[in-house]
Amino acid sequence: MSTLTPTTPAKPTRGIRSTEAKAPRAQRESPFARVSAMIVMGVFTLYFLVPIWWLLVAASKSRSQFNSTNPLWFADFSLFENIGNLMAYRDGVYLKWMLNSALYAGGGALVGTIIAGMCGYALAKYNFPGRELIFNVVLGGVLVPATALALPLFLIFSQISLTNTFWSVFLPSLVSPFGVYLARIYASASVPDELIEAARLDGAGELRTFFTVSVRMMVPALVTVFLFQFVAIWNNFFLPLIMLRDETLFPVTLGLYAWNSQVNQIPVLRDYVLIGALLSIIPLIIIFLLLQRFWRNGLSAGSVK
Amino acid sequence: MSAPAVPMTDAPGSAARKRPRAARPRVQHRGAILAFVLPFGTLFALFYLVPIGYAIYQSLLVIEREGTFGQATEVFGGLTQYILVFQNGPFWQSIGRVLAFGAVQVPIMLGLALLFALLLDSPLVRGKKFFRLAFFVPYAVPGVIAAIMWGYLYSPNLSPFSAVTENINFLSADLVLWAIANVVTWVFVGYNMLIIYSALLAIPTELYEAARLDGAGQLRIAWSVKIPLIMPAIILTAIFSIIGTLQLLAEPQVFRSFSSAVTSTFTPNLTVYSTSSIPNFNLAAAFSVVLALATFILSFTFLKFTQRKEAK
Repeated sequence: MSTLTPTTPAKPTRGIRSTEAKAPRAQRESPFARVSAMIVMGVFTLYFLVPIWWLLVAASKSRSQFNSTNPLWFADFSLFENIGNLMAYRDGVYLKWMLNSALYAGGGALVGTIIAGMCGYALAKYNFPGRELIFNVVLGGVLVPATALALPLFLIFSQISLTNTFWSVFLPSLVSPFGVYLARIYASASVPDELIEAARLDGAGELRTFFTVSVRMMVPALVTVFLFQFVAIWNNFFLPLIMLRDETLFPVTLGLYAWNSQVNQIPVLRDYVLIGALLSIIPLIIIFLLLQRFWRNGLSAGSVK
Repeated sequence: MSAPAVPMTDAPGSAARKRPRAARPRVQHRGAILAFVLPFGTLFALFYLVPIGYAIYQSLLVIEREGTFGQATEVFGGLTQYILVFQNGPFWQSIGRVLAFGAVQVPIMLGLALLFALLLDSPLVRGKKFFRLAFFVPYAVPGVIAAIMWGYLYSPNLSPFSAVTENINFLSADLVLWAIANVVTWVFVGYNMLIIYSALLAIPTELYEAARLDGAGQLRIAWSVKIPLIMPAIILTAIFSIIGTLQLLAEPQVFRSFSSAVTSTFTPNLTVYSTSSIPNFNLAAAFSVVLALATFILSFTFLKFTQRKEAK
């Protein structure tokens, strides 16, 4: 439970301790165990990274060298030339897709995190009738597969002529029941009642208290909610597939999927699919690296009850 | 529905017990509570509850035509669509397919995730930061992109491992399901590993010290101390994996352009999609409702089952 507090006092001590204790402790483990553990980790590192390595190598090759050279090592390095071609193809529609994905995922996750944080905070910090009912309904929402909603959403949106618009993908993405769940357990563990009470005595309104004081204590949970919602929207496929017809509204996943299914008719698309796939991974990796410190703390809050 | 909440939150009773401190009969801060809950509540109602209700409503309608080319009208048809669902062989085959998929893939994936998390948490492995990151990187690859990438890796002529793929056709009718299972495993092992690993980090070290003083080795500590303590995290990952398995769509949909063995009814969601493109929205809605119910029941039963086991 100690990791639920934002300062996570347990973890730093644990870290220091294990490094101090490492030398004597490691000696006690048999060399056989250590070697086999490292072999397991090494083999699976290859399993996880070789496909991405192959993608990088393949994306860096010109078309003529794609089949004729070692698929796992570079030939003439024409990655940037290939990227240039991709960007120029069909008036830079790929760039538009990346931008769309950034808007759907960035905007959706940001707004979604704020409203999920507010709702979770209210469920944790206020007593009101219907509180448990709301929480249970939201929790039930966690178990409802999002894809089951895509079709009825399409039917509803087509009644009000909202299909094939930015909003048809953006609006449903805002809702994150898991975010409310995580925000609630985190808020009840890490925002002290005394603090809220003190802010009240100072004359701050409830909303102001939340946005200036409480939010700060909830940062690890909120970053985690943001990240996972970002990834969920960035990876979302069924909703855009069912909603969108207009190519210029596609997120990058749907765009690359569309290209990949036309490879047999238009062979040049294969090159663009591979380069596009490589580029589409990079934003997520960067975000994960930048926010590492936060989401690792937040994750433990979700799993520790 | 209330069950998942029980272990995670204050029971309603304890909330009531706290009240006397405030000792006020009326709800305080009513406006603020509304302001906090309404934005999410409204969107949740609009984009979760209404669609569920609408899907149920649509699934109860049938299309009636006056003559062969007459005007089509939707009329109430009771459970007609559900009878069609239960008579639909391909749909149940697809359910069977994803259940087989889940029965094999979920234990392998979570077993690997648990193994890696335990290894990262043990003194046996060096370079933990590197491994943690390397194993997690595939999670940054969207399912569609991962499927495209592996589609090339599997293909007999384009694969860098053509020595293997020329002899074993991973895209054949027999193997394609397991080829997809590999893609899903590749993407999600690292993610599940991190959830379990975070739970391991939260265990106070004193517990190990005690076990170690009693002479327990790493394996013994992992089995008797660590795994029981991180069971909630493992259950959480299992539930999300079960939900994910039944929802399988992006990967098989992509594989349709690599392998003719992936039919338009390969998974339940593909069935929903292809039925709605016919278009037969009423039947597709009934498929959706049955699938959502099946998912809900399966994950809920799993939760109940594991909770009972834990209680023992």
